Amino acid sequence: MIAVIDYGAGNLFSVCNALRYLSLPHVVTKDAAEIAAADGILLPGVGAFADAMEKLTATGLVDLIKAEAERKPFLGVCLGLQMLFEEGREFGVTPGLGLLPGVVRPLDSHGQKLPHIGWNTAKIVNACPLTAGIADESYFYYVHSFCADTDARYISLATTYGETFPGMVWRDQIFGCQFHPEKSGDVGLQILKNFGRLVG
Amino acid sequence: MLAKRIIPCLDVRDGKVVKGINFVGIKEVGDPVALAKQYSDSGADEIVFLDITASHEGRGTMLDVVRRTAEVVFVPLTVGGGIRTIDDIRETLRAGSDKVGINSAAVRTPELINEAAEIFGRQCIVAAVDAKLADDGSWHVVINGGRIDTGKELISWVKELEARGAGEILLTSMDADGTKAGYDLAMTKAVCAAVNIPVIASGGAGSVDDFANVFEETDCDAALAASLFHYGELTIDEVKDAMRARHIPAR
Repeated sequence: MIAVIDYGAGNLFSVCNALRYLSLPHVVTKDAAEIAAADGILLPGVGAFADAMEKLTATGLVDLIKAEAERKPFLGVCLGLQMLFEEGREFGVTPGLGLLPGVVRPLDSHGQKLPHIGWNTAKIVNACPLTAGIADESYFYYVHSFCADTDARYISLATTYGETFPGMVWRDQIFGCQFHPEKSGDVGLQILKNFGRLVG
Repeated sequence: MLAKRIIPCLDVRDGKVVKGINFVGIKEVGDPVALAKQYSDSGADEIVFLDITASHEGRGTMLDVVRRTAEVVFVPLTVGGGIRTIDDIRETLRAGSDKVGINSAAVRTPELINEAAEIFGRQCIVAAVDAKLADDGSWHVVINGGRIDTGKELISWVKELEARGAGEILLTSMDADGTKAGYDLAMTKAVCAAVNIPVIASGGAGSVDDFANVFEETDCDAALAASLFHYGELTIDEVKDAMRARHIPAR
């Protein structure tokens, strides 16, 4: 059972549609007992870092999520990836979950249009359990203006739009996708299927 | 590498696709859900539904179509047509649409764009603009399928839409629409130069070269076509092959 965290800043419909399509058992929840009992956690997120962290903090679930992320497969999507890091620099400096070292700051597109919207290739720089069955330089669907700055050892997929930034991050059982797997066609579904397999 | 997007548009009335279709293997040819799925399976980068239902009661039918599509289609879905209020936007997004297209409502009530961008984020607000060349040599914004000239000058209007919070511009040239003589390169180029948000070119596609041309000649990010794909005159694969042959990034 995957617990999809419901804290008021995620587009839960799309991700739940994809999990349902893949027949992956899931529950949309902000209940501590349900999250603790789940076999995996998915943290979606749309919007601004500060606002989303504020909403997540307001649920009182931050400490639980941090502890559970060390015990079971965890996937952050889009803003959910960004919240894995130590701090966000969007509308001031806001502490993140701190599950991965690094900061979230504006993407330097080298003058190209922002937000970065559309299908962009990603290079597999460090194969991880979620990239199984994914061809190198596959296209994924992105919608964002910020990106994570982290140590190269945590980067699984590297994406280039102006600068090169983490498309997917990975440490142990913790994963984050800057793109939207639920909107990335078959390759995106493969990522979610791989996550489902880890959850068991 | 960011791909140039190819977007099929489905005109939907009372829950059925209006234009003719030539797909093999679909039993219910007029079913927008099956068609959207077919398009996404065959490489469409995004799907646009244009609701041309005349009656207000039809909105519920459209939302049901959106809901059923979102259950089986995993590429971005944009829904336009008849979206006039924040509530319309909210229920369309809740049904599973990723973006909404706002056209005449933006002309009548420009503040709707500001409010919508603030509430839902600019990434899901697509400003749909129909325009044509006016007698004075400038492009004018038109509504009601080109029947009403609003008198608004196109370039200043798209800049205003960007400033108000539109995340993308869906630009349809009423001069090119239906001609199959190619996209309106001059108009598309001018709009791309005026804004720094993605521009979707629409109207006039008749061949694979038309897609390659609009990407080579302008800075547009996506190209939309309707009847060309519905009638099976071209497949999305053929368009993408032609793009790749000309070194235009395609998914």
